[in-house]
Amino acid sequence: MLHIHRTIARHLKHAGKTVSALYHTDDMAAIGSHVDIHSSDYKENYETMKNLVADLKSTVGTITQGGGEKAIQKHLSRGKLLPRQRIDNLIDPGSPFLELSQLAGYKLYGKDHVPAGGIITGIGRVSGVECLVIANDATVKGGTYYPITVKKHLRAQEIAQQNRLPCIYLVDSGGANLPHQDKIFPDKEHFGRIFYNQAVMSSMGIPQIAVVMGSCTAGGAYVPAMADESIIVKEQGTIFLAGPPLVKAATGEEVSAEELGGAAMHCGTSGVTDYFALDDQHALHLARRVVSNLNYIKTPSVKITAPEDPLYPADELYGIVGGNLKKTYDAREVIARIVDGSRFDEFKARFGETLVTGFARLWGYPIGILANNGVLFSESSQKAAHFIELCCQRGIPLLFLQNITGFMVGREAEAGGIAKHGAKMVSAVACANVPKFTVIIGGSYGAGNYGMCGRAYSPRFLYQWPNARISVMGGEQAANVLVTVQSQQRQRDSRQLSAEEERNIRDPILEKYEREGHPYYSSARLWDDGVIDPVDTRMVLGLSLSTTMNAPLEPAKFGVFRM
Amino acid sequence: MGIQTVAVYSDADRHALHVALADEAYHIGPAASHLSYLNQQTITKVSKMAGVQAIHPGYGFLSENVEFAGLCEKEGLTFIGPPASAIRDMGIKSTSKQIMAAADVPVILGYHGDDQSEERLLSEAEKIGFPVMIKAVRGGGGKGMRVAMDRDTFLQQLTSAKTEAQKSFGDQVMLVEKFVETPRHVEVQVFGDHHGNYVYLFERDCSVQRRHQKIIEEAPAPGLTEQTRQAIGEAAVRAARAVNYVGAGTVEFIVDSEQRFYFMEMNTRLQVEHPVTEMITGTDLVEWQIRVAAGEELPIKHQEDLRLSGHAFEARIYAEDPDNDFMPGAGPLVYLSTPEPNEHVRIETGVRQGDEVSVHYDPMIAKLVVWSTDRSAALRKLRSALRQYNIVGLNTNIRFLDNLAGHDAFRSGDVHTGFIGQHYDDLFPKKELSDITLCHAAMAIVLAEHDQVMRAAANSKDPFSPFAVGCGVRVNDLYQRQLKLRDGDKELTVSVDYCHDGSFIVSHCGATYQVEASLDSDQTGCKWLTCRIDGVQQKVKVVSIGNSLNIFARDASYQLEVSEPDFVSASHGVTSSGGAVAPMPGVIEKVTASVGQAVEEGDPLLVMIAMKMEYVIRAPMAGVIKDVPYKVGDTVNKGAALVQFEE
Repeated sequence: MLHIHRTIARHLKHAGKTVSALYHTDDMAAIGSHVDIHSSDYKENYETMKNLVADLKSTVGTITQGGGEKAIQKHLSRGKLLPRQRIDNLIDPGSPFLELSQLAGYKLYGKDHVPAGGIITGIGRVSGVECLVIANDATVKGGTYYPITVKKHLRAQEIAQQNRLPCIYLVDSGGANLPHQDKIFPDKEHFGRIFYNQAVMSSMGIPQIAVVMGSCTAGGAYVPAMADESIIVKEQGTIFLAGPPLVKAATGEEVSAEELGGAAMHCGTSGVTDYFALDDQHALHLARRVVSNLNYIKTPSVKITAPEDPLYPADELYGIVGGNLKKTYDAREVIARIVDGSRFDEFKARFGETLVTGFARLWGYPIGILANNGVLFSESSQKAAHFIELCCQRGIPLLFLQNITGFMVGREAEAGGIAKHGAKMVSAVACANVPKFTVIIGGSYGAGNYGMCGRAYSPRFLYQWPNARISVMGGEQAANVLVTVQSQQRQRDSRQLSAEEERNIRDPILEKYEREGHPYYSSARLWDDGVIDPVDTRMVLGLSLSTTMNAPLEPAKFGVFRM
Repeated sequence: MGIQTVAVYSDADRHALHVALADEAYHIGPAASHLSYLNQQTITKVSKMAGVQAIHPGYGFLSENVEFAGLCEKEGLTFIGPPASAIRDMGIKSTSKQIMAAADVPVILGYHGDDQSEERLLSEAEKIGFPVMIKAVRGGGGKGMRVAMDRDTFLQQLTSAKTEAQKSFGDQVMLVEKFVETPRHVEVQVFGDHHGNYVYLFERDCSVQRRHQKIIEEAPAPGLTEQTRQAIGEAAVRAARAVNYVGAGTVEFIVDSEQRFYFMEMNTRLQVEHPVTEMITGTDLVEWQIRVAAGEELPIKHQEDLRLSGHAFEARIYAEDPDNDFMPGAGPLVYLSTPEPNEHVRIETGVRQGDEVSVHYDPMIAKLVVWSTDRSAALRKLRSALRQYNIVGLNTNIRFLDNLAGHDAFRSGDVHTGFIGQHYDDLFPKKELSDITLCHAAMAIVLAEHDQVMRAAANSKDPFSPFAVGCGVRVNDLYQRQLKLRDGDKELTVSVDYCHDGSFIVSHCGATYQVEASLDSDQTGCKWLTCRIDGVQQKVKVVSIGNSLNIFARDASYQLEVSEPDFVSASHGVTSSGGAVAPMPGVIEKVTASVGQAVEEGDPLLVMIAMKMEYVIRAPMAGVIKDVPYKVGDTVNKGAALVQFEE
């Protein structure tokens, strides 16, 4: 049998075709190569990325400490668990927690530190059901909502809605942060949207569960009140539209917080809450029971196979990618360190070669991958549109590995219709309604960001590596453009731009683009769902894929493609 | 042998193994043995109903009962045992010694007279010289037996022996004899038939005892010279012949350090420890009993045809707590696994996993019998088998037996009846919970949880999701958790960090260990934890039942409790404080406390009987009694609140 295979293989080779695998075998071919881990480039890259990752971990390490020693001690002294401990006790013992946007609020409010945006969000399994967990961190400014807190809360709800995840709100919040009221209260994507989302999700059959573990004042009172089921902790949780001081001011009535809106009152008299918990642990136990009783069944709409580890160690990504965005490498080496068995069936390998497209599996789930291997040309864009249509037709999730300076420019490109071909790609990406995932593994500039499924194209999840940069164009390009515009103005006045004048234009732009293009800057503003260690990419994507499998696939509909 | 078997059983043994194994089985009454297994009328009635030809009385209960042997004779049933006359002659110790002395069997000094006044007994004791042994004439099995070391304690011990004898045998006639210090207990297996043939099947050493009951027996007796072996065997045969003995019997001797031996008593039945004799002689003594009862000649009737081969040990596995003065226990055998039996490893047991060790009968779980070519090889085999004997659900003496079998003095054959007392500190090493065991416990908990998550996932439509497979994954962070365990009354906190490579860092009290671990189940459903701690790999068995976590390692076993969160106990709403609780399972014997009564701390409230021993339950504090929920005759579980106090 083997002999016959060899003969056929030789035949095919003689016929001038490359065969990457034996005829008749159903296995996908493995890609990637053993990189030279002793080369100086590799070592330098490795070192650079390692330092970037170390910085990421130490930054996140500070953030996960929450609101400082004093606030933590005060919180613990009341017999309450810290928000991350609450999550650990809520989710299935020892199971993963896909925490989102840890860097939210990072250096966003000057001297006001709001670690993690004062709210912890993420996905974890509770009684075997993947749930979206939103936990206020009362050690951070009393759990009050800053603008970024609202944004993070809403983003979490968006994920829950898109992926049909039951929501568990671990409420411990003083409500709106009053000095910032104009940035959190009135607009469409502000505080009110939280309750709007709860109502809409409940109407869609997405369970809403609130666990009141601290205060729930004013607007916050609606979180448990609008939940399908709510739990409250004895002598810790309170729910009221106005707290005792406001009541006294309004009506002169003197009443304690516990009498006004404590667990006993709400479980026994008002009926605002349904379950009476003795302590945090008990409340979380009850929440697990509530989820057990949801009768929530996950039915993935893809064919799942047993996962396989990639052939190559994940940390080789450090040495391959490094920190210098100008250095090029083959995107297939990245794919080979992420997908099952490093196996990849490449589609249109010889056409539009600056974009690598193909099929693989990730944690056993099928996935269609688009990865940049240079600037986008008309052919690469057409190929992308074709491939996206294929995946949508078949219900295969899409992964975009973004490292893109943009679409090709110049007379030839414009004449070749790069605008309409690029538009085809952008249109296909926008309309694709299979789960989309984007990882920015390098640069993300200009319309390249759009074509490769940037934030505006609603990927279900978007992550960045710590070496990534995101901006409308590269800092140097921006500086060059501005210098050119200035010097053209000067030329109209018949004057030359001095070197110093040029530097005065160029340097602030470079500095600004470097600062604002940094992934922390981006993540702090929630332009992504988190900055991750390249080594963790496979796990994070696996968890994200698993999450999206909770929602059924809708049939794809595309708009008019300009041919 | 092609013989059909009929078993009898009480309420308590409805599901017992002997019932399952028999061809037919008959119910003979309630659990209490005097209403069932000691009820001679019922047993003979059932025997007739079943068309039984012969009755094998076993080891206890009616096996040495003269009346029963007589009743069988009268009813035309063959009693598989000696004639009633031989039981009678040997059953009364004073009579038996006279007969023995007459038959030239050495006996020990003693008083076996009818004058049972305290003064007479005391003066006889002084005549013999202290220390003396006070024994119930009709006693056995250590019941109704006390040692008086000197004159001052004599009367106290006498009263105590009498009370116990009264309870156990309904008779309190006592004998007093010389107490031999560091004596050995050596007994000879004899056999006789209806044709006047007698042989001895060599001796057993049963010296190591606790509470005057045997726990480990061996054959042959270590260090006995060939001359002594022959002399003691022949003396035993003379003893049997003197009472026209038929069937299996055991002649017990005290042997002193000079290998002088004295007749103590004859047990007119097959004994618990008979398998060691079978192992070294290659015989089946029960088969011999049946053949003899059927009138056949002894299968081997010439002494010179009997050969002693190798060495055998029997360890008796009891439900008891060696650390608590061998307090007998009872309860369910929640988990039970034994070494693999084979030609040289015998396990004789009447229980299976899931059975209860009942409060009504002897708490023996099994006899573990091993044989090998010599004593030290047999001892090694015994220890290895003991370590494979794993029981969860109740306290056992297994670990104690292992310590005993491993003791240097025991290994060198330096055994005597005071062995346990003499080597107490070595035999009860302080149980130290090592960090290694804690690592094992932590890994067992973590991996069992993970296993459970994986198994649940395997049944779902998304079996490989990393949410199930990934262990403790946290984004840009390490998952650290605290496990709360209880070691007896001690609360322990172990911290476990989940590393990205799937290994763990376990810390306790400042010490930190790098741990890799995996948990596998074998075909029997047994869980094995393979743990590599700082590079050293070890495999231990893990049995977790409810909140209890049992670790069986090569050299020790350990039980830990996984602490429940506060709300669990709080939501039960009851605490056991403020009342008197049963220290062990048993039956209420007497209730002295009454509702409304004011008592002082230490006042007796009620009396419990457990394993035929009395326990006085005393008031844990001064107070007024609110409720006494149990009445005389009720069976109570360990930890039951026997008396409740007013708040």
